[in-house]
Amino acid sequence: MNLPLFMRDRDGIGYQAGLLGAFTLVAAALLVSGDRITRGPIAEREAEDLLASLSEVIPATLHDNALLANSMTLPTADAPLIVYRALEGLEVTGVAFEVVGQGYAGPIRVLLGIDANGRVLGARVLAHAETPGLGDKIELARDDWILDFDGRSLADPEPARWAVKKDGGLFDQFSGATITPRAVVGAIKGGLETFAAHRDTLTASAVLQTQIDEQVTDGRGTAR
Amino acid sequence: MTAETGSTPAAQGGAERTAGARTDWARIARDGLWDNNVVLAQSLALCPLLAVTGTATNGLGLGLASLVVMVLSGVLVSAARGIITPQVRIPVFVLIIATLVTLVDLAMNAWLHDLHKVLGLFIPLIVTNCAILGRAEAFASRNRIAPAAFDGLMMGVGFTLVLVALGAVREAIGSGTLFANASLLLGDAMAFLEMTLIPDYRGFLLMILPPGGFLALGFLLAGQRLLKRLPLPKRRAGAAATMSN
Repeated sequence: MNLPLFMRDRDGIGYQAGLLGAFTLVAAALLVSGDRITRGPIAEREAEDLLASLSEVIPATLHDNALLANSMTLPTADAPLIVYRALEGLEVTGVAFEVVGQGYAGPIRVLLGIDANGRVLGARVLAHAETPGLGDKIELARDDWILDFDGRSLADPEPARWAVKKDGGLFDQFSGATITPRAVVGAIKGGLETFAAHRDTLTASAVLQTQIDEQVTDGRGTAR
Repeated sequence: MTAETGSTPAAQGGAERTAGARTDWARIARDGLWDNNVVLAQSLALCPLLAVTGTATNGLGLGLASLVVMVLSGVLVSAARGIITPQVRIPVFVLIIATLVTLVDLAMNAWLHDLHKVLGLFIPLIVTNCAILGRAEAFASRNRIAPAAFDGLMMGVGFTLVLVALGAVREAIGSGTLFANASLLLGDAMAFLEMTLIPDYRGFLLMILPPGGFLALGFLLAGQRLLKRLPLPKRRAGAAATMSN
């Protein structure tokens, strides 16, 4: 091996540094190629996951569009909210977006589907870290509790009853776990309120939205 | 949970170096599976062990992922042992293992996505599985590639068996099922593995939670110690002496 002179002494700092550097370089190359190879499949899997969840909160009979294709971004107070819209022709028949409740062991992410009239089409828990056996009854796989929300709206029940029974509301809590269902009820109520506040924007006919999109795209095109 | 990384690999028994040209394959296998088993004898890798063994399937999944990393890291460390100097060996080993784990993580996310959703959190923890670094240091860096790969395989199989055993015990007692969701890991062909041992079982939460893992592990270790005490006629006298802890 013809190493540069400063690296020939195996106990010298040059060899050590060169060795570490070489291994880091190889590792970086491997990671970059690994990322490039898997990026496509991983994005596909995640899109499939999202679509599977969306199809659970928006019935297929309600729309004829690809849900992932017709999303819009709603600027809200905290962070932009991605809203997926169900279209029948150009009419918005429902929307779905993610709401987050603060559970017993961290955030509970709930995907909420709402029809154009503000009724809950369905809600599904996407991710949570609640106690197994106690708080995980919010998952449909464990309990059908989450189905209680189907068909509810801000008027049904009245706002004061949008709470777990322990707080004088309508919805069951679980024995041994009150914080978890309370968080989910709160998150869904918050989602309905968001929908009510932005209803006109969210249910605006898709024609308008397409035009806006085109303008935005054109703007970007000329800027480049 | 990183406390286990504190134990120095050098403390893992001195019998790993295969003297001379002859490789004692049977010895490597017995070390990995039983005598010097990662969990049963070395008490390493307890963090991932206790974290994922809520079901037998999860244990099998993490065990197989660890096994892949162990074999590959053994091969790479052994191949590079001629150019790695003692002064920088630990960072180089860590780099190799971390790279492998990241690649396994990406590959599982892309092609075993459902399992990755269950195990995803724990795959990066393989890096903290000091058993892998320990084998790199104690065995792979001192042996030729084939024995190093075989050692990684056997250590990995030994680790996987313990994970599955512990997962099976906890799942059976805690949820009344066995190998639930096995088809996610092994494909629909293996769906027959999924069993419900106790129908309408209300579950025994303690066994699913971490304390249950400690309890089950304690019984497992005690059982192994008992078995070791039984006199085995064919066991060589020297085998027991290689046990360092």
